[in-house]
Amino acid sequence: MNTTRLLTAVSASLAIAGLVMSGPAQAKVEGDTIILGSAISFTGKYSTNGIHAKNGYELGVMKINEMGGVKVGGKTYKLKVQYYDDESTPLRTAQLLERLVNQDGVKYFLGPYSSATTKAAAPIMEKYKVPMIEAEGASRSLFNKGYKYLFAVLSTSEQYLASSISLAAEIAEKNGKKASDIKVAMAFENDPFSLDVRAGVLEDAKKYGMKVVIDDKMPRDLNDISSTLTKVKALKPDLLVLSGHSKGAATGARQIKEMKINVPMIAMTHCEAAKITSKFGASTDDFLCPTQWAETLSYKDKYFGTAADYDKLFKKTFEGYKNVPYQSAQATAAVLVWKEAFEKADSFDTTKVRDAISSIEMETFYGGIKFSPAGNNIAKPMVLRQIQNGQYNVVAPSKWASHPVNWPRTAK
Amino acid sequence: MWDNIAILTAAPVFNIQLLLDGLFIGATFALAAYGLALVWGVMNVKNLAQGDFVMMGGYIAWWLGTQGIHPLWGLPASIVIMFAFGWAVYVLMIRRVIDKDMFTSLLATFGLAIVLAQALNLMFGPEVQTAESDFPIRSYFDNAVTIADIKLVAFGLCGLLALAVVLFMKNSRMGQAIRATAQDARAARVMGIDTDRVYAFTYALNAAICGAAGALISMIWVIQPFYGISHSIRSFVIVTAAGFGNLPGVIMAGLGLGVMEQYGGFVLGAEYQQATVVALLLGVLVWRQIEMRRHRQVVQ
Repeated sequence: MNTTRLLTAVSASLAIAGLVMSGPAQAKVEGDTIILGSAISFTGKYSTNGIHAKNGYELGVMKINEMGGVKVGGKTYKLKVQYYDDESTPLRTAQLLERLVNQDGVKYFLGPYSSATTKAAAPIMEKYKVPMIEAEGASRSLFNKGYKYLFAVLSTSEQYLASSISLAAEIAEKNGKKASDIKVAMAFENDPFSLDVRAGVLEDAKKYGMKVVIDDKMPRDLNDISSTLTKVKALKPDLLVLSGHSKGAATGARQIKEMKINVPMIAMTHCEAAKITSKFGASTDDFLCPTQWAETLSYKDKYFGTAADYDKLFKKTFEGYKNVPYQSAQATAAVLVWKEAFEKADSFDTTKVRDAISSIEMETFYGGIKFSPAGNNIAKPMVLRQIQNGQYNVVAPSKWASHPVNWPRTAK
Repeated sequence: MWDNIAILTAAPVFNIQLLLDGLFIGATFALAAYGLALVWGVMNVKNLAQGDFVMMGGYIAWWLGTQGIHPLWGLPASIVIMFAFGWAVYVLMIRRVIDKDMFTSLLATFGLAIVLAQALNLMFGPEVQTAESDFPIRSYFDNAVTIADIKLVAFGLCGLLALAVVLFMKNSRMGQAIRATAQDARAARVMGIDTDRVYAFTYALNAAICGAAGALISMIWVIQPFYGISHSIRSFVIVTAAGFGNLPGVIMAGLGLGVMEQYGGFVLGAEYQQATVVALLLGVLVWRQIEMRRHRQVVQ
């Protein structure tokens, strides 16, 4: 009995001591350092891209601090990011953000990785009226809920593969066919991101009057789409569109090779993340892959120089990267927006900073940044790249194209 | 849905593709399910980590592939490694829950499944992986039917492994001991059989069989740390449909499930491919229930 009482007393006093020591929430700006908070995935299913994003944040912070930091009220401040690992689960993201706000006193946020976790983050930001600039949540459902404190530097997901539809229409017309004769086969994973991609494709296909002959949804544990591909063989579409994160790209590329699928045009997301060129070799030639950013684009800014300069610096700073993932580039861009926003607001007041973000218009190595009232970036288009001899070359939209598109694709 | 059925009747050649794909993958399902039937029948342990053992085997073959060794060598390697791993798991964990009630063993193996999936994720990352055999791919009927040679090889190896296990259970001393323990553990102990060792061997053998199935799956399908659960579910469906001691039943159910999945995916759409498995389980359970009621009435 006595031991129980003693234990209770000890734990109670420990709890009180903990409360006292954690102190008042004053950590948003510590001395000459502005703390940005982020709950992001270091473990779990999003860990690969979570770490890409973190490296992007770190490079942005490094560069800004190197160039003298952020000037607010005549004083310069350094940036620092406080991270927590959300284990790739939205519930954990929400808990950790509450913790960052309530216990660590952080008032400015960088986003998590993935639409699902960002979806969990947005209501927390609204509740505490603290702004978040995110770079990795592209679902359009993030931007139709009237959130005021969520801003995204990347293009939203319905734009990902829509450009493949207009490219197919362009090619058809060039070959004397009508765009409305084109048969489209689609397979999308049944998750918020991929369904957004699907919505964009459907909308554009409808605009051209194209016929959708296959519209399959792939399950979450997707390890086989051969039945869908058998349908593709039977119905011979002109365009095959696939999206299901890295696993969809890997499974798709493998089975397209194994079943010798011969469609004149194949477009899919996450080609690079799934490393399909190194895994499946020449069979992936002429696949079309959308990207938020490519190092060959002619964007530039005063921090990093051109997109190619960023690419070089990133590879020098972080070992083991053969290609710089766009996930990293956009993460860096989010940090750049924070710097400009603080300087524009010239204050640490969250409302003023929020208003400054919403009115920002800037050019970066990652592309233009200007937020719509809903918070998504409307200044930067998606680009479409084609795998040509194992290289990713920009082929659409024609303004940014560095190579002509190969068409029709033949199975290898 | 009717459009898709119309394709199959108008161009029956696509049935061949679906059937073959279903049979090839179904063979690996049957292999993993036979392991489960063994553990369930002999030890009365419902091993929820079954699918994660399969993934472990897959990662062994894939890892060898990345080291420049042909992933087919992953088959013997994963049999050996998974046998040792299964034995260790038995000694550390299963031995302690084997005589407890059903929920204890379910919870224990469920916990094991989570730990294994997360460990694989930490070691190899969350990406989908495939082991490349680089075998040729044949096509027939003007490319309407394609068969990757590795699938044929995997099918043959599944058959050989199943045969080897059957011969082992029939002819070896350990096989006889396992069967005796399955029939009546107490009587087997009275007859001088070390049932603890039999259990350990059975569990290890199951892990080895799963490892073999996984190695083959990594070459003909894809693997990912969290895909174990869907393989566990398939194993349970097959064993529930076929019963424990019924190897031909397990093989038929496994192959049938593979084919059903392919047809489910084709006719109803890919999103229903795995739902077909669960619907099938439900159907089997209802049918069993009706059959048993009829049986009870006859007995009365």
